[in-house]
Formats: sequence, structure tokens, C-alpha cells
Amino acid sequence: MSDVDLMTHPAQSKTVAAQAKLEVRNLDFFYGASKALKNINLRLEANTVTAFIGPSGCVKSTLLRVLNRMYDLYPGQRAEGEVLLDGQNILNPSVDLNLLRARVGMVFQKPTPFPMTIYDNIAFGIKLYENISKSELDGRVEHALRGAALWNEVKDKLNASGLSLSGGQQQRLCIARTVAIQPEVILFDEPCSALDPISTAKVEELIDELKTKYTIAIVTHNMQQAARVSEKTAFMYLGELIEFDETTKIFTAPSVRQTQDYITGRFG
Amino acid sequence: MNANVNAIYKARARKDKMVRVLCFAAAAFGLLWLSLILFTLFWNGLGGLSLSVFTEMTPPPGSKTGGLANAIFGSIVMTVLGVGIGAPLGLLAGTYLAEYGRHEKLSFYVRFINDILLSAPSIVIGLFIYGAVVVPMGGFSAFAGSLALAVIVVPVVVRTTEDMLLLVPNQLREAASALGLPRSYVIRSIAYKAARTGLITGVLLATARVAGETAPLLFTALSNQFWNANLMTTMANLPVTINNFVQSPYEYWRQLAWTGALLITLAVLALNIFARLLAAERKKT
Repeated sequence: MSDVDLMTHPAQSKTVAAQAKLEVRNLDFFYGASKALKNINLRLEANTVTAFIGPSGCVKSTLLRVLNRMYDLYPGQRAEGEVLLDGQNILNPSVDLNLLRARVGMVFQKPTPFPMTIYDNIAFGIKLYENISKSELDGRVEHALRGAALWNEVKDKLNASGLSLSGGQQQRLCIARTVAIQPEVILFDEPCSALDPISTAKVEELIDELKTKYTIAIVTHNMQQAARVSEKTAFMYLGELIEFDETTKIFTAPSVRQTQDYITGRFG
Repeated sequence: MNANVNAIYKARARKDKMVRVLCFAAAAFGLLWLSLILFTLFWNGLGGLSLSVFTEMTPPPGSKTGGLANAIFGSIVMTVLGVGIGAPLGLLAGTYLAEYGRHEKLSFYVRFINDILLSAPSIVIGLFIYGAVVVPMGGFSAFAGSLALAVIVVPVVVRTTEDMLLLVPNQLREAASALGLPRSYVIRSIAYKAARTGLITGVLLATARVAGETAPLLFTALSNQFWNANLMTTMANLPVTINNFVQSPYEYWRQLAWTGALLITLAVLALNIFARLLAAERKKT
């Protein structure tokens, strides 16, 4: 696969109704010699929210980090199998990681505003990909901040440091930053675990709005959150995908015993 | 039982008091000498401080007038040039250690050698530049002096740069990479920005370190009686001038040596305070 392929939004693939936005096939993942993910198979459909639940240490985040190849930053970590983004295998070594990550954005557990102004936190990413005028950039920054339900809180202090915001605001700033470069998939890695309930509610509302435009995957420890925001839920345990189904089915009539035990609080 | 516990407790309390007194005494002992040095410096140096120190050249033997203008100028030139050459090298090497080479075997060796260089006696560095630059170029020069100072600057800046970059949380790098930033952008736009004050502080401290170095200049820049802005010949500088003057039989020379020592100390002090203020500024944000 060439870099050029990654740049084009393959509209033609949408005509193939059966194709998922992201499809994971026979995925194994290794930290050095130890196998962390075992034969994962699943499909993330466009414009849906897929939640990943399971007890701590069951490498839900690892799976997410495969989807934008974040693991590539570290030596000794490798993935085997296939991850198809619009039918193209992103595990292919020739994939341009920067272009891939521009298409598959990520929001982290801890808010990570860059050490610059609120405005620049957003503009920075946009300027990386587009050569646009100042007024156009202003518009894009505002649009992104509105999209993250942050505009009204920061519009009078766009030149303040991103670090001066509260934790919840910082997290929404990070979401705005991710949305600003117009990705196709957004990965949320426990985005609310460092936030208070009110900020959490805002982020959840936001995710609900974002799914109209993006394909969303969210890792969460909070089962109510998974039930609230997602259409599909994947239950993972010890590196394996135990059950993957409609969220309503997982939470009301799971077909695997382990899933049942976990969601009813019998372990985990 | 109760009496027993009491005895143990009392013994511990006594020990605590003893250790505290020892620590206080040790701190006071150290500070005493430092303040004595500073006091002597001010006592002997302040008297000679006048405008002519900054405007007139170093005097010939026996003269009752003259200043340190050429030495001050030379020190500034060589320090700036030395830091100008050494700091970028140190910043780049430190960046390699903390960013690109974090998991590489090479980094281990570079770090080890850097630590040795960090504690190498500066006279050895002076001799090295004498052999590597002064002899082949056929004479002492300010340029060689700057190179010697640069060799001292490099390991200091490598160490501070690496330490400061390692303080930048990895999450920030990941977040930047997640936007699709190439590695060099992540380092320049995010890691450097987050570590900026720390990096500047490192360079300032390295500057303070070399501003007072005498040994590496003795073998390289030597000294000069006159005003000289030519980098290819000998150049006056404060440390070597102090070294020469303080051993002389002339009262006026010895006075100038004290004044020069005071000037260096004040400059180093100012740099250190500035570096501290920057570091404190960083903690606030």
C-alpha cells in the first residue's frame, strides 16, 4: 500500500455495503515475547460507537493502540494479523504512520494539552496538513472548539495557556484538537477516568454527537458509560475477545457466561 | 513493658537530636567558608572597582593606572563563542539520548563517556586543545580558547538536555504523535516547548561554569596586554589575567586581580540567579 492510497478517502469502498470502516482479522499482539492479544476478530462499523469493556490489564488499551499503530513508538512491540481501514491493511510496514494517525485520531486517558495557547493547541494540528489563511484558521479553530462544546467557555481567553484549563476542559480541548484535523476514526482510551461526573456527562454527549460523522471506539472501565454511549460492545478478558455484540444484547442477554459474570459484578 | 518502650523511645529521640545538630553544624561549617570567601572578595575587590576598570587596558608592570577592559571583552567573546559552539552540540546530543536513542545501545556508551567528560579536569581539556589545535595552528589563539571552553560546555548541556527532556511526560509525545506529527515535529514543537526553561537553564549554568575557567585558557588563548578582537591570536581574559596579576609583586596588579575575581563572581552569581528564576517560573505553570 502506498502513501497516496492512505490520503484518498476511498468513496468507492462505501458502495461495498459489507465493508466495515475498520476490520480486525486474526490479530495477535506481542510485548517482546509475551503475547498480549490473542486472535482478535472484530469489525467497527462507520458512524457507530463501539465500546471495549473488561477488567484492568486485559489489554483493551493495547488493542486501541494497534488501531493507530501507536505501539510503533516503542521497540519490542509488534502486531500480527490484519487491521483493515477501508479495506487497506494498516499493519503493512509501508504504511505512512503520520498519515494513518491523521485518519485515526486518539484521545487519551489523561488530558494532554500541549504547552501552548488554547488557540494554538487546535491550530497546530490544522496547520500541519493545510495551508489556510488566518481568518479561515480562526473559523476552523472556533468550529472545532464548538464541536467539543468548549467554545463558550474559552472564547474570551483563546490566548491563555491550554494548561490553565480545568481537567474536563483540557480533555474537551484534546477532543477538539483531534476533531480539528478531520479524522475518520476516533479512538477514546478511557477518556473520562480522570474527570468528574459533570465533565464526564459533557464528554459523553460529545461522543454521541461525534458519531454522526466519525467511527468511534472507546475503552472504558465504566460499564454504565459503555451502556450509555455505545451501539456495540466488546467484552475482553486476558487478551481475548470473549464476546462482541449489540450493546443492548451484551448488557441484557449475553451469550457467554464470563460476560454475564463481569457485567453483573461477579468478578473484575 | 511501658518503661521499656519509653527507654527505646527516649534513645531514639536522643539520636534524632544528635543527627539534627550534626546536620546543622555541617551546613553552618560549609556556609561559613563560603561567606568568608565572598566577604574577602568583596573586601579586597570593591575598593578597586571604578569606571576605569571597564574602560582602560590591562596595565604594564609597575603602572599605577589601567583597567581590565580587554580582559573583560576577551572573557565575554570566548565565553559566548564557547557556549555558541558547545551548546548546540550538547542540545543535539542530549536530544538524541532522550528522544531518538532512548532504547539504543549506543546511548548507553555515549552517556557513559559524557559522564567521564563531565568530571574531566579542565586542565586536561586545555592540554587536549593545545595538542589538537594550538600546535597544528602554530600558536595560541582566542579561537582555541573558545574550543576548549566548548569542550567543557558540551557534557554539561548534554546532561541537562537529556534530563529535562526525560521530564516531559511520554503521554505528551504520544498525544502529538496521535495527531500524525512526524517525530522531528514532536520533538521541536512539543518536547522542546515543554522543556524550554529547563533547557535554557542548562545552557545558562554551563555558561556560568566556563566563565571562570582558567586552566583551559592558559594553554590555548593565553593572554594579551592589549585590546584584541582578532580570534586568531592571543586574547586577554579575566581568569588568566587574575592568575598572572595575583602572583605579581605590583600592588596595583594585585588590586586589579581582586577586582577581576569579584567581577567574575558577580557575573556567575547573576547567571545562577537568573537560571533559578527561570526554573521557578517553570514550576508555576
